[in-house]
Amino acid sequence: MTDTVLQLANVNKYFGGSKAPMLHAVRDVSLDIKSGEIIALLGSSGCGKTTTLRMIAGFEQVSSGRIDLGGRAIHDQPPGKRGVAMAFEGYSLYPPLTVRENIGFALKSSRLVKSQQQQQIDDIAHLLEIQAIMGRYPSSISAGQQQRVSLGRALIRRAAVTLLDEPMGQLEPQLRAVLRGRLKKYLREHGMTTVLVTHDQTEANALADRIAVMEGGVIHQFASPAELKHRPATRFVAGFIGEPPMTLFNAEFAPTHSAPGQFAASQGQTGRAGGNGCDIILTDSEKKIRFAATGLSDAVTQRLLALGTATIGIRPHDVRLSQVPGPGPGSEQGENSAAEFPLTAAITANQWLGDQTHLALSLDGLPLVAVVHRPFHQAVGARISLSLAADKLHIFDLATERAVLHHGVWVS
Amino acid sequence: MGGGAILRYSLHRLAILLVVVFFLFPIFWIALMSLQTNESILRIPPSMVFTPIFDNYQALITGKLITQAGSLDLPFMKNLFNSFFLSAASVAVALILGVPAAYAFARFKFRLGENIAFTLLSFRFAPPLLVLLPLSLIYQTIGLDNSYVGLIWVYQLICLPLILWVVRSYFEDISPEIEHAYRIAGHNWGQSFLRIAIPLARPGIAAAGLLAFIFAWNNFVFALILASADKQPVTVGALAFVTASGIQYGQIAAAIILSILPTLLLALYAQRYLVEGLSLGAVKG
Ligand SMILES: Nc1ncnc2c1ncn2[C@@H]1O[C@H](COP(=O)(O)OP(=O)(O)OP(=O)(O)O)[C@@H](O)[C@H]1O
Ligand SMILES: [Mg+2]
Repeated sequence: MTDTVLQLANVNKYFGGSKAPMLHAVRDVSLDIKSGEIIALLGSSGCGKTTTLRMIAGFEQVSSGRIDLGGRAIHDQPPGKRGVAMAFEGYSLYPPLTVRENIGFALKSSRLVKSQQQQQIDDIAHLLEIQAIMGRYPSSISAGQQQRVSLGRALIRRAAVTLLDEPMGQLEPQLRAVLRGRLKKYLREHGMTTVLVTHDQTEANALADRIAVMEGGVIHQFASPAELKHRPATRFVAGFIGEPPMTLFNAEFAPTHSAPGQFAASQGQTGRAGGNGCDIILTDSEKKIRFAATGLSDAVTQRLLALGTATIGIRPHDVRLSQVPGPGPGSEQGENSAAEFPLTAAITANQWLGDQTHLALSLDGLPLVAVVHRPFHQAVGARISLSLAADKLHIFDLATERAVLHHGVWVS
Repeated sequence: MGGGAILRYSLHRLAILLVVVFFLFPIFWIALMSLQTNESILRIPPSMVFTPIFDNYQALITGKLITQAGSLDLPFMKNLFNSFFLSAASVAVALILGVPAAYAFARFKFRLGENIAFTLLSFRFAPPLLVLLPLSLIYQTIGLDNSYVGLIWVYQLICLPLILWVVRSYFEDISPEIEHAYRIAGHNWGQSFLRIAIPLARPGIAAAGLLAFIFAWNNFVFALILASADKQPVTVGALAFVTASGIQYGQIAAAIILSILPTLLLALYAQRYLVEGLSLGAVKG
């Protein structure tokens, strides 16, 4: 069950001919997909997801690189010989055939007896909630129905690899949630290796064993949903994954004993002078915001100081908010509270979603998003004390944009 | 339905009737002429009252034209056959060549593709007389003058560009993904062309074929220059009605009616394919 079934190795795609490339749509993509595994290609519109899928299917030539299926190179074979099934973005049902015939079409060449074929078609219809439209023609059913028929036509083949290009994009959220569960069960039951294209994180998280996050033709990270969330490999992944995604700041690291006045810090609290600690200074705001990086090991602190500058990110759930209202501008703050919640922000939006509150905050003009799992009653404009714990931060190298630190653990 | 709606409906119908009468009146008049003698046609003032005779049709079908100056052989039925054969064969050849070409132009981008397609289209607006003189010399040299093959070949100038461009746009309207879905299920592109693309483009192919047939049928100059008596179509053969003893209006009218019939029947037959085109909406886009 763990052998590689589908392998993409250094696959590139240029549009407009490889001699005078107009668009490098897919860049050096390598993926190993195990037997029975469900993977998702996740990325925003135009990042090359469909192009990658079409290269696996054979409707787009690879410009360079290779694609193996079951140990056999398939990138030079015609689509019909590759043994893959695909549900297309545009549904593409056969107009002269009914829904039932469209789904059953692929079974015609199979050696199943009629009654078995009918049984499979009925199972798929039941799975996708399309029993009522089985006799209709594609031109007379809705887009969401067409999409489900198209999905059914791909699923019924149980091919070596099933490619699904945004298979549920047209469906309403409730139906999508129901079908997601059934789809996953069906794929698992038949051990179907699947590549799913989506720009919906929820869908990718729910269905996929591993997710490949794409941007501009590049795969930034190919990992499990939990890994993507806890250890985003690049700055892009950090800003893309999570709902809402983490907030990113440009920052400097300075030794704690350096004079606070030197940075004209408008707020915050430096670490205890004399320690060999480190301060984090958010540099995007005109007035630099400075606070102590506490809870990090000495080794990590030294490496941060050596790094000097970086992008830091914090997940909305990891922003710690004080229970009590924050001080007004210029007003004094209790010493204890200041140590625990050294920063002060203004609330710019407060949304209660029924089970959690999304807060948009302004840290001296820098936007910051926080999520708390309780109703939060401060009005917009109110000030609030908070802390950004250093051991919750994700830190990315400025030049390479790759992660160097997650939750206080250095990335080796 | 309110009074206003009924009025609008009636006016709409009346307008359509006027248009139909306006366009069909010449045909109707010719049909009347075909049932009269030359004398009754040339009466002043013209009248719609006459005793119908079928001599004109009889003369055309038996091939014997009786005039005051004596009996004349009329190869009209042979001409009619030539017209039919030349048009049908030309359209057949143009479909065999043009439909795959149209598919290629619609689906594959290749070097000079657009230039080739445009050159083919330009055959439609180049004046035929421009090519006729050199062509007739070439044909005489290689022995293609006065042959069906030669005529069918030249008729490709009429049929091929038409079929190519009309059918191409139909292929372009069919989402390639429909064919992709078929191909990924284990078929090659030849099968998808025959089993998916052609059936879906059938209304377009029927329309283009019909138009090409009518254009070929109506062609005059190519056949006038390149064909002699036994290969001539009706368009050229009609010149024979201008006889020494005058113009045989009755027979000309009958000949027109007879030569309209095949295209009319073809159009009626092809209509069901043309109407299918309306339901193609689901395929497009
Ligand atoms: N046939 C083509 N010729 C030229 N450029 C193309 C072609 N197909 C796609 N592209 C370009 O390649 C890039 C990737 O396209 P692709 O369709 O793979 O995006 P996608 O990730 O599937 O987006 P979406 O989520 O909108 O479907 C886009 O910039 C697109 O414009
Ligand atoms: Mg896409």
